[in-house]
Amino acid sequence: MDMKVSKKLGLKERYTMMTRDLAWDTTFQPMDKVFPQVGYEGIKIHDWDQWEDPFRLTMDAYWKYQAEKERKLYAILDAFNQNNGHLSVTDARYMNVLKLFLGSTPPLELMAARGFSMVARQMVGAGPRVACMMQSVDEYRHFQTQIHSISNYNRFYNGMDEFAHQQSRMWYLSDGKSFFDDAITAGPFEFMVAIGFAFEYVLTNILFVPFISGAAYNGDMAAMTVGFSAQSDEARHMTLGLECIKFMLEQDPDNLPIVQRWIDKWTWRGTRKLASVGMMMDYMLPKRIMSFKEAWEIYFEQNGSALFNDLARYGVKVPKCFAQTIEEKEHITHQSWIGFYMKPDACPFHTWIPAPDELDWLSEKYPNTFDKYYRPVLEHFDKQEKAGNRFNNKTQPMNCQVCVSTIKFNEPGDPMEMCFRETVYKGEKFHFCSDHCKEIFEDEPEKYVQTFISSHAALQGKCEPEGTDVNAHDYRPGARMHAYWRMDKRASGDFNGSEDQKNFAQWRDQATKN
Amino acid sequence: MSMDLRTITIQPLRQTFGHLARRMGADKPASRYMEATMDLQPMENYHYRPTWDPSHDIFDPKRSRITMKDWYALKDPRQFFYGAWTLARGRMQETASADFDMADELGLATGYPAEGKKVVNEVLLPLRHVAWGSNINNSYIAAYSYGIAISQATAYACMDQLGIAQFITRLGISLDEIDALAEAKQAWLAAPVWQGLRHYVEDQMVMEDWFELFVAQNFALEGLLYPLIYDKLNDRLNAAHGPVLTMLTRFQREWFAENVKWVDAVLKAAAADNPANKALLAEWIAAARQRSVEVLAPVAELAFGAEGAAVLDEVVQQLNARAAKAGIPV
Repeated sequence: MDMKVSKKLGLKERYTMMTRDLAWDTTFQPMDKVFPQVGYEGIKIHDWDQWEDPFRLTMDAYWKYQAEKERKLYAILDAFNQNNGHLSVTDARYMNVLKLFLGSTPPLELMAARGFSMVARQMVGAGPRVACMMQSVDEYRHFQTQIHSISNYNRFYNGMDEFAHQQSRMWYLSDGKSFFDDAITAGPFEFMVAIGFAFEYVLTNILFVPFISGAAYNGDMAAMTVGFSAQSDEARHMTLGLECIKFMLEQDPDNLPIVQRWIDKWTWRGTRKLASVGMMMDYMLPKRIMSFKEAWEIYFEQNGSALFNDLARYGVKVPKCFAQTIEEKEHITHQSWIGFYMKPDACPFHTWIPAPDELDWLSEKYPNTFDKYYRPVLEHFDKQEKAGNRFNNKTQPMNCQVCVSTIKFNEPGDPMEMCFRETVYKGEKFHFCSDHCKEIFEDEPEKYVQTFISSHAALQGKCEPEGTDVNAHDYRPGARMHAYWRMDKRASGDFNGSEDQKNFAQWRDQATKN
Repeated sequence: MSMDLRTITIQPLRQTFGHLARRMGADKPASRYMEATMDLQPMENYHYRPTWDPSHDIFDPKRSRITMKDWYALKDPRQFFYGAWTLARGRMQETASADFDMADELGLATGYPAEGKKVVNEVLLPLRHVAWGSNINNSYIAAYSYGIAISQATAYACMDQLGIAQFITRLGISLDEIDALAEAKQAWLAAPVWQGLRHYVEDQMVMEDWFELFVAQNFALEGLLYPLIYDKLNDRLNAAHGPVLTMLTRFQREWFAENVKWVDAVLKAAAADNPANKALLAEWIAAARQRSVEVLAPVAELAFGAEGAAVLDEVVQQLNARAAKAGIPV
């Protein structure tokens, strides 16, 4: 009689059988040829088996949960669209939040999808590989559901229809593009710190909460449902980013200075990227959730401090930029909105001067800075606009060589002075918005001399619509930027008097009155 | 009988996004697959060259010798964007898991005859490592290929292969053969019968041209392996021991039947683009087929004894027919 005793597998043991037990060390091809990228950044890994799986999800369970979520999500999107849900948002200015979001976010989620595929291919350990490939397909989910949720808005409002074309051409989208291009062209470990940790863990709440809560506060059930549905994915992504940091730090003490440099760099780069999210919170949401300053205090100062306290046992210090971001939280959103207001011909979304009660809200939320520095500027613009003298800055901006944002932030400690930095590399002068960006450049000049800055490239004849003859004698560089961007003029300039404003009012009347 | 329910109708300004209207040649509604796929990958104005491959752009068509006038011609006939894919897999895993539960409950799996188990242990269980190899190779294509049409479909194929490796593992666990999983891994690493196949799988892991890898992995190797195991061997085991194995390998069989439609459509579109592609694909298929046949021959012999060569030849004919249908002379 067969006396074999059935073995019962524990959950962890079973998950190990389902993942890392599938892998083997190759012998017909050397491991360093199969995984060629794990060494060159200087990170030392001695034992990939020490990787603690941050979550244990086999594919059958993954498909089951994700299919349930997708079924619900698309049922809600269909119902929202069928019932003209776009007319139930607070007011038509909200559409501009969606324009900003569609231009800036799905294209970056797509880069995350590709980037995590790359890391999933390059990591030696089966544990991190599986977690990264799962995150990769999750990121496909995110950019696709975001596009699907905004698709119906695009049928009714201007400025969303060319997001795919504009993602690589539009000047103000260049900061986000450079962020992800920078991460994806770095090695696999830096990518994990940049996206997995700095972006998905340290800063994700400041990106995610404002857009999704903003959608919920403003009656946009489509975007809200997409956000809530993505929440459990994001929770997995956060644990992956944190595990990756801990794993690197536990593997070898030599990894600490490298990881610290990456944390400093990517927290700063992320902070710069989030200035436009803050502007959206303070200026663009008709119904505000909280001020950017309050969000920064909760999600960065408090939660971030707790996180870095937790990491202190590995020797990690709070990011170098920590203090500067705290000072800047009272300024950057105002500077950004004023910057966009001044470029009415160059953005596919509308701007406006806040209404009197909104100006009062800003005064209350920014007692140290708003009345002193920014209200006078906005009131001046308002007066000029009403007098038929709307301010329009037609010049090319100066951009930071690292973060590519237009140089518009103030000198630390002096809100009345603009901050400029420069350095000379191989006889050429490069400009920066801050000490942090300058330092990032000086650490890796060969990388950052490559930055594509559209205000420079346009003057070199590199930003022209297809078919332009740059050698023609009457050629003027940059004269056809709107065609190059495929920008719909109806989508730009002032919200007041715009087609969106008129259509929304008329359609809402049609839907609510007899 | 239909009811005349009314909703408020508002005339939209446009039907779809500009890039899709230009692609379709008209402003008309686009499918969710198109919205989720077409023209989304950046193609210009990259900021930096990869530090890990400075001779290429971040996304670079020159990473393959295949050329395409339009990389989005490599469409997926299943129209899998994430939602459609995960719903399809959700349904498949539900049925497959129900089969496992039933087999466990009725003791069909643990009670599977010893001779049957021996074949499963020796031939089927090592294939979880082949699936893992396919997972690695498809993640390479998902990472470095050009255009979202091919990158997303291979990202999903990569996860499918992880799922298949896990369903094979579950088969071993269901048959109460946990030790056999360890033995199968040993065999994969050391037994002569598997070394040719492992050698080939590892060679694929260092192939540089992602499209060549697509041909070798997804068309040739899987195109021979799946019919060999999940049709031919399955039929033979069912004839001897009843249909339990069909239940416990259901996912792989359904997956393969569906997956070939996509693989063949990709090859067909690439071959149709230009004659150089067609010649290159023919060359790659011939090489990958020859190598696959060589390394699968001992596995076929292990599974079918003296008839191994003849069975393998049958599945080679099937593969040739697929290539011919995709317009590639072999």
